[in-house]
Amino acid sequence: MIRKRLKKSDFPRLITALQENGYEVIGPQVDSGAIVYKPLSDVSQLPEGYSDDQKAGHYRLKKNKSNRWFAWANAAQSIKPFAFVPTEVLWSSSKISTPEASGETIQFQKKEPDVVPQAILGVRSCDLAALAIQDAHFLQQSYIDSYYQARREKLLLIAVNCTHPSKSCFCHSTGDGPSATTGFDILLDELDSAFVIQAGSGKGDSIVSLLPLEELEQDDLLQVDRQNKVAEETQTKKLPNADVRLLLKENSDSEFWDDIAKRCLACGNCTSVCPSCFCYSEHEQPELDGNKSTHIREWDSCFNQSHSYIHGIVVRSETKHRYRQWLTHKFSGWFDQFGKSGCVGCGRCTTWCPVGIDVVDAVKNICEMENA
Amino acid sequence: MPELMCESPLASIVDVPETATVVSCVQETPDIFTLELKLSSPADEKFVYAPGQFNMLSLYGVGEVPISIVSDPEDELIAHTIRSVGRVTNGLKQLKVGDQLGLRGPFGRGWPINASMNKDVVIVTGGLGCAPVVSVIHYIIRRKSDFGRLIIFQGVKHAADLIWKTQYETWAAIPGVDVRVAASESSNASWPWYSGHVTNMISDFDYDQENSVAMMCGPEPMMLAAIHALKDKNLYDENIFLSMERNMQCALGHCGHCQLGSKFICQLGPVFSYSEIRDLLGKRGL
Repeated sequence: MIRKRLKKSDFPRLITALQENGYEVIGPQVDSGAIVYKPLSDVSQLPEGYSDDQKAGHYRLKKNKSNRWFAWANAAQSIKPFAFVPTEVLWSSSKISTPEASGETIQFQKKEPDVVPQAILGVRSCDLAALAIQDAHFLQQSYIDSYYQARREKLLLIAVNCTHPSKSCFCHSTGDGPSATTGFDILLDELDSAFVIQAGSGKGDSIVSLLPLEELEQDDLLQVDRQNKVAEETQTKKLPNADVRLLLKENSDSEFWDDIAKRCLACGNCTSVCPSCFCYSEHEQPELDGNKSTHIREWDSCFNQSHSYIHGIVVRSETKHRYRQWLTHKFSGWFDQFGKSGCVGCGRCTTWCPVGIDVVDAVKNICEMENA
Repeated sequence: MPELMCESPLASIVDVPETATVVSCVQETPDIFTLELKLSSPADEKFVYAPGQFNMLSLYGVGEVPISIVSDPEDELIAHTIRSVGRVTNGLKQLKVGDQLGLRGPFGRGWPINASMNKDVVIVTGGLGCAPVVSVIHYIIRRKSDFGRLIIFQGVKHAADLIWKTQYETWAAIPGVDVRVAASESSNASWPWYSGHVTNMISDFDYDQENSVAMMCGPEPMMLAAIHALKDKNLYDENIFLSMERNMQCALGHCGHCQLGSKFICQLGPVFSYSEIRDLLGKRGL
């Protein structure tokens, strides 16, 4: 793909071009002390000069003098909720009285999701990798999830290469970042006074072609390469150099699970912020007059007791069973299911764990116990 | 050992339930009942299933549950034998003839029925009215000449738990069908069958190693004991099939609840060969 230069002062033209092409623009913004993706209409809303200090059980934003908009690691929540929404109405059922016949009839009707095209600005490589996993899960198996599909098809993804990984990040070790190589419609590299821009799809190209672009200046690419390289090298956190996939399964009876269960609160924070977790539960919401009921799905967590409930029994009755399920699924079972690890190294589960359980340490412990 | 193919037609009703009407309800025991359902047209004509598959039944305003299909694929009505244990199944129990409910399905992978033709079939089941194997017993008995010997091992806890008692006697009277019933915690004088664990009786028979297929469902410890006994009699792991259970909400392989190890039971199961899930059995909290 051809790379061009978009002056920072021309950046608002990108937002305008997206809006004029019918997209609702979503961008990273500071909200309640965290960076989150939400509707954005102006560049002034971008988190200029903010960095995020993340480590196990810790997240703080810091303001500095930088004029950069994307000099932070990743948003508190990934872009997952834009395709796999936390709450989705699947269908409704109505009870219709038929006085002439005896009794009532019940009719079911699908709820088509209300979807507007959305362009997400500032997507990270880790989140693109996780979205590809979600695509594999919801779109590439025996049954296609039509609700996910409707939203996913309307997304335009504008990635910005990550230059400031946090202490929780290990995407370089999982092979999912910090620079994006695939899955974006448009890719940006942020420099001090300009962006290096390239299209990654026809959809992206049709937007890029509307922008006032310039030829690259002599050392633009040098700078890009340098800052991307630094981003890789800043990541000191690494998965162990071992067959994690095999060792987690082999060590399913390890004492380590008891050890971690003493700390784990089974709160589900990790699964709530994980960009690849896909579990959801379904429930009915009947209306008070009794004539209509909606069938809803909501994100669920394998840390909930109800997740493994079956006719009066909770299969994973202890916290250690649930932590084992989550970690083994993420780093091992996913390979069987999708040919790839379910972890993209975004580090959110570590950052947002209220007791600071570090997922890489957890994997290391279980693998090293085997080696000992 | 070649894998035996399980039958698994894809669901014709996927996302949203179709309306089905209750044609008959039979109370089998205080907490077990059978509903016979008729789907509305045209969903009815497209609905093709195999023994061992299941449907999602949707009770208006309450919720959905996965329930095994017990009727024969050639029957006009779709039958479900259900034990009332939770909110939805307790509600389903209240349904009367003419009432309506929602149905999605059929889901999952059923028994290797076609692959078992001309072979001996060994059924092992524990507990009450174990629907997944009832469907296969009916299927084979209706087409007995297509199959070899049929041996049925049915275990219950108490003598009083045995439902369809006369049916076992009828089956036992059919040439080429052996029925063995056991009650593990009962020994009153009037109990005509075996007292003890059902799996103890497996060794009473000899099996043709190359031509025997075992199909079982019930509590995991019982299935493990049955597998042990069948392997002692030289049955191949690949020829022993189990119907597994986990929480299921979507039945489409998406909601994540039914995972056993890395297997989505609603898609790759509920029927598995022992060789496929050997490492996943008998582990607490998996």
